[in-house]
Amino acid sequence: MIDLLKIFIKAVLVDNVVLIQYIALCPFMGMTNETDKATGMGVATSFVIVLACAVTYPLYYGIMVPLHIEFLQTLMFILVIAALVQLVEFYLKKSAPALYSAMGVYLALITTNCAVLASTLNCISKNYNYIQSLVYGAGVAGGFMLALVIMSGVRERIKVAPIPAFLKGKPILFIAAGLLSLSFLGFSGLIK
Amino acid sequence: MKHNYFSIFTNGLSKENPLLVISIGLCSSLAVTTSIFNGIGMGFSMMFVLTMSEVMISAFRKHIPDSIRLPIFIIIIAAFTTIVQLLLEAYLPSLSAALGVFLPLIVVNCIIMGRVDSYSANQPPMNALCDALGMGLGYTWVLCLMSLIREFFGNGTFFGIHVLPEKYTIGIFTKAPGGFLVFGLIIAVSIAMNNAAKARAEKGPECCEGGKK
Repeated sequence: MIDLLKIFIKAVLVDNVVLIQYIALCPFMGMTNETDKATGMGVATSFVIVLACAVTYPLYYGIMVPLHIEFLQTLMFILVIAALVQLVEFYLKKSAPALYSAMGVYLALITTNCAVLASTLNCISKNYNYIQSLVYGAGVAGGFMLALVIMSGVRERIKVAPIPAFLKGKPILFIAAGLLSLSFLGFSGLIK
Repeated sequence: MKHNYFSIFTNGLSKENPLLVISIGLCSSLAVTTSIFNGIGMGFSMMFVLTMSEVMISAFRKHIPDSIRLPIFIIIIAAFTTIVQLLLEAYLPSLSAALGVFLPLIVVNCIIMGRVDSYSANQPPMNALCDALGMGLGYTWVLCLMSLIREFFGNGTFFGIHVLPEKYTIGIFTKAPGGFLVFGLIIAVSIAMNNAAKARAEKGPECCEGGKK
């Protein structure tokens, strides 16, 4: 139990997927100009990350290892993720139209979200068991959501703040992200 | 005709530079630029995948049905990424270990998907080749510049040779925040240079001094 908690906290804070590992920077920079948008993207991505970890794990150990086709890992995983996103989209459209209208726009973008592919690949390369990889997926998802929501808050302040002319626009976003990342670096002593 | 190819090529280097101007494909460029060797390695791996998939897709563009083009693109890109992954693992194991998960992540790099979908899906292979080489080199040179800065201040080394004494190095440059800060400053400089060039062009040649300062 303690072991699982450690994996979760490590994935959320210590190895935060966006701010420490630099994964999934495109949605981090592109989708955080409004808090609502950031939350929607965060929820949709979190859902797909956990689902993808749950599906690719049995696929890898059940099919690819017995057949000795581990080298096709990247190819198989990205296809599975793409198919999964499509299925989730169809399912939500039919059975939960309200949720679909909130999440739908973001779902299509998630296929090429690095965080999903990276967390499935990491589950395998870290030799986690099934439960551990689910917890790890949830941790990555939580970290992604946290970073997105914090960044969207920061950006709302940036809009009204006096900024030196040469940093206006994109540069100030990266500087802000750098400072945010500096504060997350403070968590690095939390778990050995 | 030759001039046309050349202008397609230089387009990716500066005017439509994927990192500085369009700001896509950021993940790998911030993560691996802690040393110049990683920067060059990542740049060329990416360039290989980009070139091969652009040329391939452009050659088959008339046979790929429009409705299922994205899955086909992904399979082609993933196949070339796997090739690079296996080659590096076999011949440059240390580089492959340093790049880690960012090597397979080339598949979901927005630069490749963006160029393939918007450019090579409706252009002949020669144009696609020039575009891919330009974009790839545009990506690589920004990576090299970033890794030079981060390696120099963070580790005190230049191409692996120690030039700065240990006690003057700033460790944060090779850690996560350094990447964001350095990239932010590089973009700021590039925007400032573009603005200065634009102002110079508008004012005409006689007031060059104003633009230069």
